[in-house]
Amino acid sequence: MLQLKDLHVAINGKEILKGIDLTVNPGEVHAIMGPNGSGKSTLASVLAGRDEYEITAGEIIYSGQDLLELGPEERAREGVFLAFQYPVEIPGVSNTYFLRTALNAIRSHRGEDTIDAMDFLTLVRDKAKLLKLDEALLKRPVNHGFSGGEKKRNEIFQMAVLEPRLAILDETDSGLDIDALKIVADGVNSLRNNERAFVVITHYQRLLNYIKPDFVHVLMDGKIVRSGGRELALQLEDQGYEWLETAPAPVGA
Amino acid sequence: MTNASLSKVLETAATAPAPVLLRNLRGQGRTRFEALGLPNRRQEDWRFTRLKAIEETEFSSPPLVPSRIDVTPWRRPDAHTLVFIDGLFSPDFSEVGDLPDGAVVSNLMLASASNSEVVKRHLGSLTSLEDQPFAALNTAVLADGAVIHVPAGVHIVRPIQLLFVAGPSNRPTVCAPRILIVAGEESSVTIEEHHVGTKGTALSCPVSEIVVEARAAVRHVIVQDESPTTQHLASRHVVMGRGSRYASQSVSLGGALVRNEIRVDLVGEDAEASLDGLYLTDGNQQADSHLTLRHEAPHCRSHQLYKGILAGSSRAVFTGRIVVEQDAQKTDSTQSNRNLILSDDAVANSNPQLEIFADDVRCTHGSTVGRLDEDAVFYLRSRGIGRDEARRMLTQAFAGEVLDRIPLEDLRDDLSRRVSEKLALIERSKDEA
Repeated sequence: MLQLKDLHVAINGKEILKGIDLTVNPGEVHAIMGPNGSGKSTLASVLAGRDEYEITAGEIIYSGQDLLELGPEERAREGVFLAFQYPVEIPGVSNTYFLRTALNAIRSHRGEDTIDAMDFLTLVRDKAKLLKLDEALLKRPVNHGFSGGEKKRNEIFQMAVLEPRLAILDETDSGLDIDALKIVADGVNSLRNNERAFVVITHYQRLLNYIKPDFVHVLMDGKIVRSGGRELALQLEDQGYEWLETAPAPVGA
Repeated sequence: MTNASLSKVLETAATAPAPVLLRNLRGQGRTRFEALGLPNRRQEDWRFTRLKAIEETEFSSPPLVPSRIDVTPWRRPDAHTLVFIDGLFSPDFSEVGDLPDGAVVSNLMLASASNSEVVKRHLGSLTSLEDQPFAALNTAVLADGAVIHVPAGVHIVRPIQLLFVAGPSNRPTVCAPRILIVAGEESSVTIEEHHVGTKGTALSCPVSEIVVEARAAVRHVIVQDESPTTQHLASRHVVMGRGSRYASQSVSLGGALVRNEIRVDLVGEDAEASLDGLYLTDGNQQADSHLTLRHEAPHCRSHQLYKGILAGSSRAVFTGRIVVEQDAQKTDSTQSNRNLILSDDAVANSNPQLEIFADDVRCTHGSTVGRLDEDAVFYLRSRGIGRDEARRMLTQAFAGEVLDRIPLEDLRDDLSRRVSEKLALIERSKDEA
């Protein structure tokens, strides 16, 4: 579904990602872990289509298409979703209006009928329950005046409504207390299926206790220095990232 | 600076029949206007204002009888309505309907002819002609206008609509409506004032005088949506008594030059004024807002929120002057002017001016001139919303903060639609450019 091939990315002339190779298949959950400044958020931003980054080499293939040729809205319509690390506050645009406009843009792209206000309301009520999101928040402006936890739940709520094929979670656990973390994780888990893939970007392994990944990759200084199963995340929790700076990558990883 | 055609308009007005009260006022206005002349850009208050069209257009007096045009698109079905065309009262289109006992909603000619106490006492008493050439011009050519008197303790529930249609005739016309609103003690009223016109050219210079007596509440919505060649220079003066409330939203969409001079005097203790504005300009349009809030008594509050959306090579000037006199302790005053610039050639000037002579006050002000938040645009796009749609949604939301304060739901929805139509036009003209 998603293939990154020798991806090099720079911003303002400074190279951040220095050759990333990654293959994600439908139904898989990949965790990307790494210390601050390793390039995790750059990877998320590049996948979502932020244009301030320069792709200096390599490619990203998504469902047979060159992802880098698509604008952010086209990626979204093709089923890519980014849960933001810092969701943006948009005063004056109600959450429901925003999300219905988004859903209808995606449905039109797929050649489906647009959804009317009534049916949409029924849909979002169900999804809001899933994320234990107060219905009052749906009428409020997007993320405006939301607490940190509400913002993150709102991201997963949007994901539940838009039903992407590839979801990228950028530090969705940051700033969440344990209860909010569980709600977010339950939301994500309920969306897992054989068709949908997840890339979960996180600094801490805590989130991975609740969203159990199939693969764990460690990103350091712009490169994936090690890949493994869930046990790699646990090892990182015990030992931190330092040991990886010196240890040679095992052959074949 | 002069414009010879205006002298002829003044001459005609001076000889037009009217009650003595109005004739006397015209005389004062004429003397003052002839002394002041048209303003020029060497004057500080007019430094940024484009006046060339006013200097060079050949203006005529309005016709003797109002033109017949279809006003239904602007009529509000649920309001007490007075309609004026080129400043002339149109009884055929007006429909006042039932009012509470003692309340007056009338045209000025009729009210003056019937020797109205309210008119005698207040008309011309608030507006300073000293330094306001267009208020002087209005007074010099005074023909008709609206008089609203809400007696003490009376609440007029339905809104009152004052509809002024400018410039339907073939010649550029001076249109000088006058508005007098007197809200007696503990009364309340909601007024929507529309200045509209789709064609022709007018020099539209309305003057409003508004007296809000103790504990009265006046809600006032002003919509300016005149033809693209109309010059609109309005003066409004509000005097507020103890514990009174005055809240206005001014929405400016049309016209070539739109300039609003607003002065609010908070004379009684515990009065509260809220002044909100929205201007949306494109092409060579200019929208100027000059507000003076004068706190003269303790414990008064004033709030200003003026927002502008500027496209094309349009410009906007906001001058917000807050004067807090020595006795006006515990004044709480806020002012915010925010401008959203949609093109490289649009310019917004913002000049807050605070003159504070009391020592225990809270006055805050802020102004911004900026572009759309690109992070917000990206956020919307990342959910599948196209770039133009995202920009339109954010711009509309920016306007919404002011529109949402309009207390009349139908009008709010209408204006929202008008703003969205105009934004769509702006987008289209950008694509074609």
